[in-house]
Amino acid sequence: MTDSTTLTHIWAAILAFAVFMYVVMDGFDLGIGVLFPVFGVGKERDTAMNSIAPVWDGNETWLVLGGGGLLAAFPLAYAVIMSALYAPLIAMLLALVFRGVAFEFRWRDPAHRAGWDIAFTGGSFVAAFTQGIMLGALLQGVTVQGRAYGGGWWDWLTPFSLLTGASVVVGYCLLGACWLNWKTEGGTQQHARRLMRILAPLTLAAILAVSLATPFLGNEYFERWFSMPRVLFTAQVPLVIVILTWRFARSLRRNYELAPFVLTLAVFGLSFVGLGISMFPYLVPNSITLQMAAAPASSQAFMLVGAAVLVPLILAYTAWSYWVFRGKVAHEGYH
Amino acid sequence: MFHDADALLLARIQFGFTVSFHFIFPAFTIGLASFLAVLEGLWLKTGKPVYLDLYKYWLKIFAVTFAMGVVSGIVMAYQFGTNWAVFSDRAGPVIGPLMAYEVLTAFFLEAGFLGVMLFGMKKVGKGLHFFATLMVAIGTMISAFWILSVNSWMQTPAGYAFNTEGQFVPADGWLPIIFNPSFPYRLVHTVIAAYLTTALVVGAVGAWHLLRDSAQEHSRKMFSMAMWMAALVAPVQVLVGDLHGLNTLEHQPAKVMAMEGHFQSHSGGAPLILFGIPDDETQRMSHVLEIPRLSSLILKHDLDAPLAGLDTIAPENRPSVEVVFWSFRVMVGLGILMFMLGAWSLLARVAGKLYDWRGLKRFAVLMGPSGFVAVLAGWITTEVGRQPFTVYGLMRTAESASPLAAPAVGASLVAFVIVYFAVFGMGTWYLLRLMSRPPQPHEPQPANVPAHAAGITPAPALAGQKEKGHV
Repeated sequence: MTDSTTLTHIWAAILAFAVFMYVVMDGFDLGIGVLFPVFGVGKERDTAMNSIAPVWDGNETWLVLGGGGLLAAFPLAYAVIMSALYAPLIAMLLALVFRGVAFEFRWRDPAHRAGWDIAFTGGSFVAAFTQGIMLGALLQGVTVQGRAYGGGWWDWLTPFSLLTGASVVVGYCLLGACWLNWKTEGGTQQHARRLMRILAPLTLAAILAVSLATPFLGNEYFERWFSMPRVLFTAQVPLVIVILTWRFARSLRRNYELAPFVLTLAVFGLSFVGLGISMFPYLVPNSITLQMAAAPASSQAFMLVGAAVLVPLILAYTAWSYWVFRGKVAHEGYH
Repeated sequence: MFHDADALLLARIQFGFTVSFHFIFPAFTIGLASFLAVLEGLWLKTGKPVYLDLYKYWLKIFAVTFAMGVVSGIVMAYQFGTNWAVFSDRAGPVIGPLMAYEVLTAFFLEAGFLGVMLFGMKKVGKGLHFFATLMVAIGTMISAFWILSVNSWMQTPAGYAFNTEGQFVPADGWLPIIFNPSFPYRLVHTVIAAYLTTALVVGAVGAWHLLRDSAQEHSRKMFSMAMWMAALVAPVQVLVGDLHGLNTLEHQPAKVMAMEGHFQSHSGGAPLILFGIPDDETQRMSHVLEIPRLSSLILKHDLDAPLAGLDTIAPENRPSVEVVFWSFRVMVGLGILMFMLGAWSLLARVAGKLYDWRGLKRFAVLMGPSGFVAVLAGWITTEVGRQPFTVYGLMRTAESASPLAAPAVGASLVAFVIVYFAVFGMGTWYLLRLMSRPPQPHEPQPANVPAHAAGITPAPALAGQKEKGHV
C-alpha cells in the first residue's frame, strides 16, 4: 500500500513537472504570439517568430504529455476534469490549431500574411486565456457525481476564473518579452524591454490578486496556507517572490539579457509551488484525491520504468536543440 | 450512465471527424519522413545534388503537413476525455500507459529533432543533420507502433482483468496487452498504407511535371522512386490485407460479415458479393452482383466451406453493413488500382519508356490522392466494424460517452467542422501550390529558415533606429 502511495506521489510530481514545463516553455511562445501586433510588420515580427519557430513544437509536446499522462496515471481525474472544462478546453484546442499552423502558413502565403498574423495572435491569446480560465475553474472546484462530472456547462465561468485567465495572459506576455530581450537585438530588443517594464508590475499585481482571492474560495485553502505550523513554510513563498522581484527590477535597470527571463521563470515556479500547496493532496478540490484517481500500481509502475529513462533523455536532446539555435536571432531568413 | 441519444451521436460524429481529419496527416508524414531520410542518405552516399534538391523540395511540404498533423493530434489527446469520459476512466489504466509511451518515445523525439531537421542545415554538420532526419522518421514509426497497439487492443482486447471500480486493469504483464491478437497485422497493414500513400503523392507530383517536361531530371528521379515503391509494395499490401482479414475473421467475425455483406448464413460455399445495396433496416441485400463460392475460397481457402452471416449475431451487436460494406469496397477497389499502377510502371520500365508513356503519367496523377481515400476507407471499415462497442465485446459505445449535453457537443462539432475545413483547406491549398512548382537545381531552403546572427556580431544599430517608428 505504501509502495503504491509513493508511486502515486511520484506520478503526481512527474505530471506537475510536465505541466510546469509546458507553462514556461509554451508560455513564452504564446506570450510572443499575444504581443505580436505590438511589433512592427516586417523585421520585428519576423525576428520574433524566428526566435521560436524551431522550438514551439517541442514545447507544445509537454501539453500532450500532461493530457496523456493524466489519462494514464489518474484516469478518473482525466475523465472528470476534461468533461468539466469542456468549453474552455475545446476553445483552447481550436486556438492552438490557428496558432500552430500560422508558423508555417504565414511564410507560404505573403498575400495573406496579415491574416495569418491575426490567427497567430488570436490563437495565442485564446489559448493563454482559456488555460488560465481552466486553472481557475479547477481551483474553485467542480461538481462530481459518482465517477463523473455532475455540474453544468457554464460552471467554469466565474469572476475568479476570468481573473486567472487574464493573469495567465499577462504572465505569458512577460515571459515572451523576456525571451525576446534575450534572443534578439536592436529594435526588437529595445521594444521588448519597454514591454517588460509595463508587464512586470502587471504580472506581480495578477499574482497578488489571485493569491489573495484563492484562500477565500473555500476548499480548505485557507487552512492549507495559514494554519500553524504550515504557515512557517508557506510564508516563504511570497517572501521569495519579493526577493525575486527586487532582483528583476535591478536586472532590468542594468539591461541584463538572460537574467530577467530566468527570474521570471523562478517567479512562475514559485507560483506553481503555491498552487501545489493549495491543491495537495487533491486533484479535483474537495472531491478526488490523488489516491482515489490513481491508476493501479501495475500501470503506474510500467510507465515509471519508461519515464525514468526517457524524461532525462528528452531533456537532454531538447537542451541540445536549444543549444543548436543558441545566440541572437536575425530577422531575415531565406525568404 | 448516460442516455441522451442525440449527444451520443453528436459525440461520435465529432470524434470520427477529428480523428479522420487527423489521420490524413500522419498517413502522409510517416511515409514522407522515411522518404526524406532515404533522400538525405542517398545524397550523403552519392553526393549527387539531385537528392539534396529533392530533399529540400519535399522538406517544405513535410513541414506544412507536419504542422497540421501536430495541431490536429493535440486535439486527439484531449478528445478521449471530452467525449469519452467513461471510457477514459475505465480503459485508462490499460490504454493510458501505451499512449503515455507514445508521447515519451515518439512525440518528443519527432518534435525535438524537427527543429534541427527544418532549420538546422547550416547550423550542424551533415552527419548530425542526417541523424536528426532519421530520428524524426523513426519517431513517426514509434508513434504508429503505440497508437495502433491501443487501437488494436480496443478491437481485440487481451491481457486484462477488472478491478472493483469496473476498470480494465492489466492481468499478467504488458506484453499480452501491447501485442494483442490483431496488432501485428494492423501495424504492418497501416504502415505499408502510409508508405503507399506517400509514394502515390510523390509519383503524382513527378508525373505532373513530367507531363510538361519529360526530361526534367528531378521529376524523373522522384517518379522512378515512387513507381518502384508502388510496384513492390502494392502486391505486398494485398497479401498483408488478406492476412489481416483472416485475423479479423477469427476475432471479429461480425465485422467481416458486414464487409462481405453477408446478412444470411451460407451452409455451402458462400458467394463473393461484388456489388449490392445493403439495407440495415431489413437486414437484406438487394441488386446483388456476386461470384458463387468465392467468399468461402478467400476467407476459408475452401470453395465449399460454410460461412456464418449476421443472422448468427444478436441484433444489438451488429455493426452497420451500409457503411462497412461500401467503405471496404472503396479501399479494396483503390488497392487494385494501385496494384495496376505499379504493374504498368514495371512494364514501362522494362520497355524503357517509364518517362514517355503519357497514359501512365496521367494515371499516376489521377492516383495521387487515392492513398488518402483508401486509408480513410480502411479506417472507417475497421472502426465502424467494431461498433456497437468501444472495447470489442466488452464495453459499448453508448456506455462510454461523457455526460455531455447535446447543445454543447453540437456547438463544438460545428466549431471543429468550420475551423478544420477552413484551416486545413488552406493548408492543402498551400501544399498543392508547393507541389505545382517543379523541383529546381539548387532548390532553396524552406522559406522560413531563421537566420541566426552569430552571437558575437554587434547589434545592427541602424536597424534598431529604423524600427523606432513601430513602437
